[in-house]
Amino acid sequence: MGFKEFCFRKSLWVFHFGGASCNNCDIEIIDCLTPRHDLERFGILLVGSIRHADVLLVNGSINRRDKDRLLELYNQAPKPLLVVAIGACGCTGGIFAEGNTFAGPVDKIIPVDAYIPGCPPKPEAIIAGIVKLAGKKG
Amino acid sequence: MGRKTLIPIGPYHPLQEEPELFKLYCDGEIVTDIKWETGYNHRGIEKLSESKTYDQVFFLVERICGICSTSHPFAFANAVEEIAGIEITDRAKYIRSVIGELERIHSHLLWVGLAGHFLGYNTVFMWAWKYREPVLDLFEMITGNRNSYAMFKVGGVRRDIENQKIPAIRKEMSVMRKKLDLLTGAVMDDPVIHARTKGVGVLTQQDIIDYAAVGPTARASGVDIDVRRDDPYAAYPLVNWKVITAQAGDVFAKAEVRLLEMYESASIIEQCIDALEKMEEGNVALKINDIPEGIGTGRAEAPRGEVFHFVVSDGSNSPARHKIRAPSYTNIATFKKSCIGQTISDATISLAAVDPCYCCTERMAAAYDASTGEKILNANELINLSLKRTSEIRKSDAGHE
Ligand code: SF4
Repeated sequence: MGFKEFCFRKSLWVFHFGGASCNNCDIEIIDCLTPRHDLERFGILLVGSIRHADVLLVNGSINRRDKDRLLELYNQAPKPLLVVAIGACGCTGGIFAEGNTFAGPVDKIIPVDAYIPGCPPKPEAIIAGIVKLAGKKG
Repeated sequence: MGRKTLIPIGPYHPLQEEPELFKLYCDGEIVTDIKWETGYNHRGIEKLSESKTYDQVFFLVERICGICSTSHPFAFANAVEEIAGIEITDRAKYIRSVIGELERIHSHLLWVGLAGHFLGYNTVFMWAWKYREPVLDLFEMITGNRNSYAMFKVGGVRRDIENQKIPAIRKEMSVMRKKLDLLTGAVMDDPVIHARTKGVGVLTQQDIIDYAAVGPTARASGVDIDVRRDDPYAAYPLVNWKVITAQAGDVFAKAEVRLLEMYESASIIEQCIDALEKMEEGNVALKINDIPEGIGTGRAEAPRGEVFHFVVSDGSNSPARHKIRAPSYTNIATFKKSCIGQTISDATISLAAVDPCYCCTERMAAAYDASTGEKILNANELINLSLKRTSEIRKSDAGHE
């Protein structure tokens, strides 16, 4: 087992970056933590600082104002770091891709490890995505 | 005056699920001034809307805000139907109201949860969000998606609520009442919640009028406004319900208004599905071929207040201009009144009390240098530029005469 695999074996800590989104993806991410899905029982925890995180969840289309901040956050994060793009917006820009403020999608700005499509993806899909990713890397 | 400290909250703060930046200026524990910065969420929706057909715009306005993903289509449909002079069928009206009220319930539950979280009452948070799930399940059953329902179109709704689905809705509404009783009891009778919310973040009736606040924020301060009653649309004039108001204007009153509104919503839904059951299935959408030239305004009461859409049609298949005003746009301005003079710990709940929604509110204009990407002008500077230009033209005009 390499160092990278070792890091992702247990208790993934997650930092959530909500870009220019419609809020639905954000809500569904929080929904994953509430009683019906309760991700915390697997040790998955939403943390307040990127410096504590193993996973960076990015949702929403990225506008010009978010772009530099996203890059800055990525640079501040301890590596190895898994980046997950959530929702149609995170993956491609979705309905906002033609907007005049659009500066994404996410993978043009930072490297992305997994894409979870959907508008918004169901909590089950988000969980499945993260579990798959952790399984592959760990 | 003492020393001033600046406390930034955001833009990517773990407490908020949306990006926004508050700057609290503090003197010791007391907040003396507040500024906020948005624009992290700006997506250029009004402009995008001009490039879409009327049918597609519904999917776009739905994605202005995920929580009120029915209010915006509601207001947009009202606006376009005003232009074209369309009167939708009764069944479509009832279905629209059912969807609108289900949304109000899930949105208010979400707020109760978040408010509990801000107060450090995570039990309320988890409870409320747990109770919210069955409402989302109903949405999934009716529309196929938990959020962003794609139910509306010009001239009616996209799908029917078949009669076989109605018993499930009715059952959930009666269960919901019991859950609401529990939740209301837990919030209203808890001495700690009283101590934290009573007399905190007070907005007087005059403040509401000055800042043109809307929705539960206004109703909690004794301003009796509700678009559903004042400018009736959909099935609201066909059913019995009342507008909930409170007088105190503090955070507690806002919670009270929202909790009691959920009972009203449940009763509206029950009356609507009773009416639906007595009708023939089908016939929920009229066939609309053309939208004539004209100007239309549409209003709808979102969970947070009045949503306003203004549409200009030039007779083509997409709007020539589409202007949107979301309720949080005016509600957020009340922070100046509700937060200043509070302690920092009370400021957060005062901020949360109006249930601000930033993805609705994002309005920002800034000019960027195309080659370097550097910001050269912000909105105020742009406005000043425009003012200057007008005054110059005035001057030169005066010179000609
Ligand atoms: S993917 Fe859909 S639900 Fe998610 S932020 Fe974008 S528009 Fe909203």
